[in-house]
Amino acid sequence: MSMINYASREINCKIVYYGPGLGGKTTNLEHVYGKVQPDTRGKLISLATETERTLFFDFLPVDLGTIRGFKTRFHLYTVPGQVYYNASRKLILKGVDGIVFVADSQIERMEANQEAMQNLYDNMAEYGYDLTRMPFVIQYNKRDLPNAAPIRELQAALNPGWEVVDGQKQRVTPDAYHAGENLVEQLPTGEWVERATYFEAVAVTGDGVFDTLKAVSKLVLKSLA
Amino acid sequence: MAAGASSWSFTEDDFGAITQSLQRFLYESNARCALLVDRTGQLVATVGEQPKFDPTAFATLTAADFSANDQLARLIGETDFNSLFHQGEKESMYLADVARRVILVVLFDNRTTLGLVRLKMKQSVDELTQIFQAVFQRAQSGQAQGGGLLQGAEDEIDKLFQ
Repeated sequence: MSMINYASREINCKIVYYGPGLGGKTTNLEHVYGKVQPDTRGKLISLATETERTLFFDFLPVDLGTIRGFKTRFHLYTVPGQVYYNASRKLILKGVDGIVFVADSQIERMEANQEAMQNLYDNMAEYGYDLTRMPFVIQYNKRDLPNAAPIRELQAALNPGWEVVDGQKQRVTPDAYHAGENLVEQLPTGEWVERATYFEAVAVTGDGVFDTLKAVSKLVLKSLA
Repeated sequence: MAAGASSWSFTEDDFGAITQSLQRFLYESNARCALLVDRTGQLVATVGEQPKFDPTAFATLTAADFSANDQLARLIGETDFNSLFHQGEKESMYLADVARRVILVVLFDNRTTLGLVRLKMKQSVDELTQIFQAVFQRAQSGQAQGGGLLQGAEDEIDKLFQ
């Protein structure tokens, strides 16, 4: 739920990083925190347990520039990765404008990824939000690990696409970030599908972190346009 | 099903009305500072003594506090707690729900009492409820100015992320 404040000339938007435990959601925020100019970001708030597992959420506000004289402020949140914190996961999704799903590329974490993705769809549906119709980006993290699954497999498991029923949207839309791939396309079965934009990342070194953030922020601002 | 959460905006007139109501409340209750935070954790307004802490972080934690308490309320069979009170040795805070969308947070110290703050807050909450109901009605009927603000700004958005 973006909030436009005409008095302070600010547009405030909320982006939530979702995904399985230990997948790198907090690491994404820490990297952003470390790299942006201190005067364009606030404090990184972390409600974590003693073992650094996120208990409630991490939070980081960042300014990404000015449009039409309005400061664009993005509030970045992560949710706890463990399913037993689902109550707090759900609370964080309230009023969300854009979602980043941080998947753990390790082949052993495939099931945990799928479980978290299903849980995201379920929690969003409970608020009455339709994930397929809002800014949504997937990040395949930990691409540097030797046991990382191929992108093709991850895409098939986590981003197979949702059906496009609207005739006007049934046209091939190339993926601006991956040459030769399409976001909207027709399957051999004749069905039209749309997939979320995806990025490969190594959050500990910062690779792909800003690409992901920029892409989702852009989608959020465009959804207001 | 809605695509996502709807956006809302408030004008300088709304802001003026909110500030006026809160300033009167602070004067009558002798509280130090009042903050308005929306349920998603965004700071809407601060009136009175400027807080020394980071107000953005404060707003986020306030919304989380309220949401967590809402869930606690449900567990004990209530629909919600419409106000919360946190007592400190010197500083205390009182939080109240406004129109189910916004939270009024009042910071006060021992120059006043919880009773007085609570008493005076009721009127302020009623006034704010009216203001915000009008704001949200406008957003629902599509008259929110936000819809048009970024219209045609695609190029500018693209440039921002180059």
